[in-house]
Amino acid sequence: MPRKGILVDKPYERLTREQVELIHQASMKILTDPGLISFNREAVDILHSHGATVESIAGDHQSWQVKIPEQVVLSAMDSAPKTVKLGARNPDNTLIMHGDEPRVYLITGSETNIWLDVDFPAYVNKADPTREIRVPEFKPRRGTVDDLCQSAHVCEHLEMVDGYIRTINIQDRDITEENKDVNKFFASLNNSTKHFMSGLTNLKQLDNVVRMAELIAGGKKALEDNPIISFITCLVKSPLQFVDDTTGTFIEVCRRGLPIVVSSSPQAGTTAPIKEAGIMAQINAEVLAGITLGQLVKPGTPVLYGSVPVRARMDTLGDSYGSVETSQYNIDCVQMARFYKLPNYSTSGVCDSKIPGQQSSIERLFSDIVVTMSGPQFLHCAFGLLDCNSVFCLLQAVLDDAHFKMIEFFLRQPRIDQPELEAMLEQIQEVVATPQKLYIGHIRPLLRSGEISGVYPFEGSGEADDVFEIAYERMKELLARPVEHIDRETTAKIFEEIPGILPRLNIYESGS
Amino acid sequence: MNKDIIATIKDNVIQGRKTQKDVGIDDTFAGTPGVVELVQQALEKNISPQVIITDGLTAGMQVVGEKFSTKEYFIPDMLASAEAVGAAMDILKPVLESANVETKGKFAIATVKGDIHDIGKNIVAILLKGSGYEVHDLGVDVPAEKVVEFVREEKPGYLGLSALLTTTMTEMGVVIKALEESKLRNSIKVLIGGAAVSDEFAQEIGADAYCVDGFQAVKALEAFEIAKA
Repeated sequence: MPRKGILVDKPYERLTREQVELIHQASMKILTDPGLISFNREAVDILHSHGATVESIAGDHQSWQVKIPEQVVLSAMDSAPKTVKLGARNPDNTLIMHGDEPRVYLITGSETNIWLDVDFPAYVNKADPTREIRVPEFKPRRGTVDDLCQSAHVCEHLEMVDGYIRTINIQDRDITEENKDVNKFFASLNNSTKHFMSGLTNLKQLDNVVRMAELIAGGKKALEDNPIISFITCLVKSPLQFVDDTTGTFIEVCRRGLPIVVSSSPQAGTTAPIKEAGIMAQINAEVLAGITLGQLVKPGTPVLYGSVPVRARMDTLGDSYGSVETSQYNIDCVQMARFYKLPNYSTSGVCDSKIPGQQSSIERLFSDIVVTMSGPQFLHCAFGLLDCNSVFCLLQAVLDDAHFKMIEFFLRQPRIDQPELEAMLEQIQEVVATPQKLYIGHIRPLLRSGEISGVYPFEGSGEADDVFEIAYERMKELLARPVEHIDRETTAKIFEEIPGILPRLNIYESGS
Repeated sequence: MNKDIIATIKDNVIQGRKTQKDVGIDDTFAGTPGVVELVQQALEKNISPQVIITDGLTAGMQVVGEKFSTKEYFIPDMLASAEAVGAAMDILKPVLESANVETKGKFAIATVKGDIHDIGKNIVAILLKGSGYEVHDLGVDVPAEKVVEFVREEKPGYLGLSALLTTTMTEMGVVIKALEESKLRNSIKVLIGGAAVSDEFAQEIGADAYCVDGFQAVKALEAFEIAKA
């Protein structure tokens, strides 16, 4: 049984059908004029062999102007699967995404460099030394492989997390460009039975991580049937450029038939037009170009329409994920993907705030609500992410889980039908005839059925704002719960066959 | 056998099942006799009312209170249990009276004149009845003279006054003053509650206690009972 996700009954749409078609037509024009610049020779050859016109660009780097005709794009869209399955170590955590069904799965990520620790030192009131309060203090530091294990562990137990994208870049002294991929894949897969998606640091490690996944899934065929891992590549650099190395990675992943996200992240104002029509036409063209390439490499490659559009901050020209327009662009992209009947990878919850607090809650909750309502299939909703995309805080991830529980409840379909109304009329007649005229007695059958939303789980007592402290206790409680690790025999095979995994990650040998 | 039925009464109080048709928390109780039927059975077996009250009803409510304080139970659970105990006390009342056993005491409760809000008042009434008090609900929009008349005739030991509105809370002071003028004030403890009032306001108008909710009302009455003893 796959995970249920959140089925959005009536997805929120900003664009009319006519506007969607106008964006599509504009994107088709962009792909032929100006087209894309590719820094990857193999992509150029593949596209050229299927009808794209290619022209070499003079300059320091080898690059080519590639113009992709509409019929090439449309044909590729036809071969892209409209349903994508993302498997999991625990089959109950499988994600089934239909391009035309607005069932939202909530996924963590992306990779940040900074891990935010939290502590609660006590402060004494100067005027009244008998009064003391504990105030959360956040301390940033470089992420480690142990942090990644902890993050995967907690996300395994967070009820609303459907899948796991690595949240922290592992920067231990013994982690190198060569062994980073195998360690991040193993640390994540060993601490979570949910689907795992990741980017690749080093293309040379692709076969090692695929082999690791095969060993865990039970063989090559088993991995095809149950793809417990998938990949995300930012092959497009806005505006309209295929990057050499990530495009190379993308092509190789497609050849292996594993699910992959074609992701583009233009910034409105700098790498895309500031106006909605402009960034939409461009990002759609960029994603379609990537999908087209993938389908030409291997028709039927499971692919997600990946959109991470963002508006620029006017004070720094950095990303402003907390801006309202960012949510608008993301919702537009959900509609575009639905137009092509492709599952969509969308983004919400990334905030500008640097630490958990009011700004963080407001920014993330705003985009989490509205983007979820639009019904993307794969919502990278940035559990725990702060400071745009550079800081991860496990405490924030625990808080986010509670937010999404509220959103899930809110998006439940109303139950208003004839039998229900008849039952309610009977109840009203019965209660109004009693001296106390209270419906409280009728609450009880529903109290523990899940039909009544719960109170905010981190509510403090009295007037004190204890949210962080209570969430911190919850985080510790989740960390103390066991997770289902990869079994001893498979672990031994992985360590035997896959080079570079840190011995301390072998829980059966290291004693950790 | 007696122990079994008393233990079952206690279990059904914990489940909040007044009668056989009520659902409890545990599905295995479905269709089995509730507190009302069990208390009747216990009386038919000549089990003493004191044993029913102490080892069945009160012991059950004790567990319910503990579960509420640990947040395992919610107010609707507490009220369901209190209603079950209240219904049992209605059955036991004539038996207790004929045996000259004293009940915990009479409690009159009213929403004051000009105010028709009664959710809080009703909850307090259910909880106190479930705690063994003889509760007389005078209703809503009750003028001071009606309260005074009831106190004079029925002689309750306790009076609860409720008001939601800032415009009607002053009526509580009017009732207390009317009790003083009728020389009845010393015979009764007055408790006030409601969204508009506070501890400070209770002191201002000369009330004996301010109760933030029904549970505090139960505690306040228990404290008064202990002080009396």
